[in-house]
Amino acid sequence: MTPINPDQLIVQLTQWALSFLDSYPLVAVLVAILLSTVPLVAVFPICFAITTWLERKGLARIQNRIGPNRTGFLGMLQPIADGIKMLLKEDIVPKTSDRLAHFLAPVVLMVPAFTILSVLPFNRNMIPAAVDTGVILFFALGSVSTLAVFMAGWSSRNKYSLLGGMRAIAQMVSYELPLVLSGVTVIMMTGSLDTTKIVAQQQLSEWIQSSNAGLQCLGQIIGWNVFTPWGFAGFLIFFVASLAEINRCPFDLPEADSEIVAGHLTEYSGFKYALFFMSEYVSAFAINGLSTTLFLGGWSGPNIRPPWSDDPNALLIPGFVWFFAKMFALMLVMIWIRGTLPRLRVDHLMGFAWKFLLPLAIMNIFVGGFYYYAPRWHGIPVVGWPIGFLVMYLSYECIGRLNRGPKTAQRVYHYAS
Amino acid sequence: MLGIGILKGMAITAKNFFGSFVNKRLLPTLQYPEAGNSVTLFSRNIPFLVYDNDEDPLGTMRCVACKICEKECPPQCIYIVMEKDANGKPAKRPKVFDIDISVCMGCQICVEVCPFESIKMDSTFELSTPDRFEGLLLKREHLLKSNTYFHKIHPDEAQEVDDRLAAKQKKPAPTPSTPAA
Repeated sequence: MTPINPDQLIVQLTQWALSFLDSYPLVAVLVAILLSTVPLVAVFPICFAITTWLERKGLARIQNRIGPNRTGFLGMLQPIADGIKMLLKEDIVPKTSDRLAHFLAPVVLMVPAFTILSVLPFNRNMIPAAVDTGVILFFALGSVSTLAVFMAGWSSRNKYSLLGGMRAIAQMVSYELPLVLSGVTVIMMTGSLDTTKIVAQQQLSEWIQSSNAGLQCLGQIIGWNVFTPWGFAGFLIFFVASLAEINRCPFDLPEADSEIVAGHLTEYSGFKYALFFMSEYVSAFAINGLSTTLFLGGWSGPNIRPPWSDDPNALLIPGFVWFFAKMFALMLVMIWIRGTLPRLRVDHLMGFAWKFLLPLAIMNIFVGGFYYYAPRWHGIPVVGWPIGFLVMYLSYECIGRLNRGPKTAQRVYHYAS
Repeated sequence: MLGIGILKGMAITAKNFFGSFVNKRLLPTLQYPEAGNSVTLFSRNIPFLVYDNDEDPLGTMRCVACKICEKECPPQCIYIVMEKDANGKPAKRPKVFDIDISVCMGCQICVEVCPFESIKMDSTFELSTPDRFEGLLLKREHLLKSNTYFHKIHPDEAQEVDDRLAAKQKKPAPTPSTPAA
């Protein structure tokens, strides 16, 4: 009997359960698949419900309101009330719509949203699908959502839906580039597309395996990519691009309610609308999970080895706690941004992607390369860090200034005094 | 530096978010049925008829059914019929005094034109009713409220009115010295 390792408890339980099925390999495979997918499908809708509550309460407080407070304690049952309302609504399909595409669009949006979750390492040995090319798979499947949004916009036969769908295509394709390019820096520095290796690279193993608790804690944090100049810039670019990628405020042009009703969602009601809503949040979780994995150290966090264990890799707090904490923290920042920033204009949106984020992301790749080869002093990047930071800051300022455009003259009023 | 404006904006929303937990001014919402209402001394809503003696509302109501308010009412929501005694002589009080509050716009013109201080503005607002025709047509009995009530909702204004009425009582209207020509 090995001593209990709280970090790996779930993994050990799963292996113990599967050990009973050793003589039935086919059944064992099926059960293993179910054991890794069912929790995903169960946990993330719950996270979605929590987030809608957080979003409604948070936005309300930002706007000096109280928010939902009639359903349960502090309105915590509001997501359930919303869900019941959605399910009871009539499912209206426009007479002239393309019925098949109209029906398939929410499904096509939801399936990849859940599928991309499977390449995220929630903890050590806790990754639903350990794919060697996890990051590529994530981006490839994630861009299917563009198709689904356009399907919804096209099949509704409504000019607002179509406008929303076309905006979505333009926006998502444009922002895919800075998103992937800022991720490329991490892939380049790690030398792997495997998400588990990307997380492992962000942990200082000799510090973690030392006997000093403080060093163990620090070793789980100090190596995060976000603490390097290329990682910090990459994280910000990735975060902004991911906001656009999942149509969150201030990039929610495809469903801009003051301009085009609800964009591609205009002709959806009832359960299909709920599916759209849920997929949006699940893909928000997925993309936040990926930015956690790439830049914020994945499941590593301030953590120590349990005192009773002599396994150098054992941890007291399960890693998925930190993973979900970071994911929710990013989600809260998204809500905060939604409560702060107004929606962009369409040309500003495209200009921001192509003229600002993209050059910055390309610059970031070069800075990453320089950081990698710059001389180090006892393993500390004394040259790479300050110079990389300076270069990133200067290119940020320069690209920003170049984007400023001609200064318009003060408007003169001829008739009004 | 570029992007500072965004950070400033985020700071403001954060201040509103956290401030709403400690600062009453940043969370002005009043939970209406539980935590009272926001009726103040300056609330004016629909008119009501004033009477003086709490024991005898119909006998001491100030209205004399002169119909000035009926004529002045812009949306014409007041309907008055004067009472007549057995001989058919006008009794100087209304037999019917209806206000259709679905039409009343709360302009207070009836209050301003009334020479007898008999119609004043109420501050009640819970007027919803399941019956949208009869329920929203307030009859004389619904509209009659005592001077005590008037003192309760608008003390300053009620005191002013009382003083004015008392002054009028002391100095009776001058009798016409010459008969009408």
